[in-house]
Amino acid sequence: MAGQHVPGDLPAPDPVIADDTAPFWEATSEHRLVLPRCTSCSSFIWYPRGFCPRCGSTSVDWEEIAGTGTVYSSAIPRRGQGAYREAAPYVLAYVELDVPGGEGPRIITNVVDGDPETLSIGDRVTVVFHDTDSGHALPRFRRVD
Amino acid sequence: VTIRGAAHIAGVFEHPGRTIPDRTTAQLHGEVAVGALADAGLTLGDVDAYFSSGDAPGFGPLSMAEYLGLTGLSYFDSTEVGGSSYVAQVGHAAAAIAAGKCSVALITLAGKPRTGGAPPGGAGRMGSAPEFSFEALYGTSVLTNYAMAAARHMYEFGTTSAQLAEIKVAASTHAQHNPNAFLRDVVTVDEVLDSPMVCDPLHRLDSCVITDGGGAVVVVSPEVARTLDRTAPVVLGHGEAPKHTDNGRIDLTHTGAVWSGPRAFEEAGVTHADIDYASIYDSFTITVLQTIEDLGFCAKGEGGRFVTDGALQAPHGRLPFNTDGGGLCNNHPTNRGGMTKVIEAVRQLRGEAHPNVQVPDCDIALAHGTGGSIGTRHASATLILGREA
Repeated sequence: MAGQHVPGDLPAPDPVIADDTAPFWEATSEHRLVLPRCTSCSSFIWYPRGFCPRCGSTSVDWEEIAGTGTVYSSAIPRRGQGAYREAAPYVLAYVELDVPGGEGPRIITNVVDGDPETLSIGDRVTVVFHDTDSGHALPRFRRVD
Repeated sequence: VTIRGAAHIAGVFEHPGRTIPDRTTAQLHGEVAVGALADAGLTLGDVDAYFSSGDAPGFGPLSMAEYLGLTGLSYFDSTEVGGSSYVAQVGHAAAAIAAGKCSVALITLAGKPRTGGAPPGGAGRMGSAPEFSFEALYGTSVLTNYAMAAARHMYEFGTTSAQLAEIKVAASTHAQHNPNAFLRDVVTVDEVLDSPMVCDPLHRLDSCVITDGGGAVVVVSPEVARTLDRTAPVVLGHGEAPKHTDNGRIDLTHTGAVWSGPRAFEEAGVTHADIDYASIYDSFTITVLQTIEDLGFCAKGEGGRFVTDGALQAPHGRLPFNTDGGGLCNNHPTNRGGMTKVIEAVRQLRGEAHPNVQVPDCDIALAHGTGGSIGTRHASATLILGREA
């Protein structure tokens, strides 16, 4: 989890990539955010995996989404652990992604711009990508008006 | 089929140590096993079922059965759902006894987060968890995830840090009477609010202690209980439920207690008004607040108001809780608080809590465990016990 430092002084640790999550991470290399979507029941799936927890299908497609969303909750660790030891304080958040036709998944991420203490639940955010040493990128978010 | 009345808790033991450099984790399992059996008037040779969880070193219950010298086992269980495991396992033991699989079930917990030894089981496996790269890479921890649950509860219901602090105040008021408690100083709401912010919106004093130690309980059949001299509270009901992120649709404002609680109440055939004492899992103050709501002691969102004005303080509050000082002040052995929740409930039913916090005529007690993180995935387990069969 070493990784390079990125704007906002957050580390960008390399992801552990499994066969059924590789399309997600390959898309981040191109700074695109994709979600797995079940080919049987059309559910969006989160976290990414090659299994639909709604219907049990192992057949998924990968659909690019806009990368905008709304802060569902957030917290500010005052002391980081591991790769984040020097990074605190920073913002951890659940961001509810916008997806076509309804409520998107709430994903754990960081909101990286500005003073952590000024972030509020309900704020609108958009994705930014922080490159990892492995050539992939972590989807994080910044506020938009 | 029900486990109501099918099993009794005949023995309990909480290790008195909180910093224990001179024992191994396996030795601590041995000490608490012998302690709980002695409390029941039984010995290792009487045990025919053994239950351990992720804190046990080695190959689950096999390593510890060998270490402890258990030779007559006909049943074992290695349920691993974090700190709630031991609350769930009392229910599992009662079910096994009801089914005739065993008659003397030993459940042990021990570990040494303060003075080293093997790390608790589970932590080392998390790197292979399928969600790992979608959570931990962003700097999550148990603390951050509980803090996000607290923040959302505050946002939706107006819950305040001062209300959360009331929970710590009540726990500390109880802990002053427990000579073994890790923290024995009574604190005020202001002292909680003035303690350092560890992860907004949670303060240091919203968090449980980190202690070495352990505990054990012995669950027996009614036939065995009748042969013992010790008061053996009866298992009336049990419920358990996992809650997880639900394909990205997690609701951070409730726990799995919304499912485990009704199951336990229904099996026990009791109502909230019947509960004289409650051990409520208290990894953080927000854990208690959400659980009280989810178990139905007040409406969702009303927890902040419920816990003010000394509602949780023994002996005369509306819902006396965690009279040993709980995980917030007394003991949270190896980061797993479920065992001590069961033990203090048994003390209350036996009338053996500290006199200053003993609930008068304590007939029905509840013990609730929350293992994992309410911010992501956790297991809730609810147990209802009675003084008499």
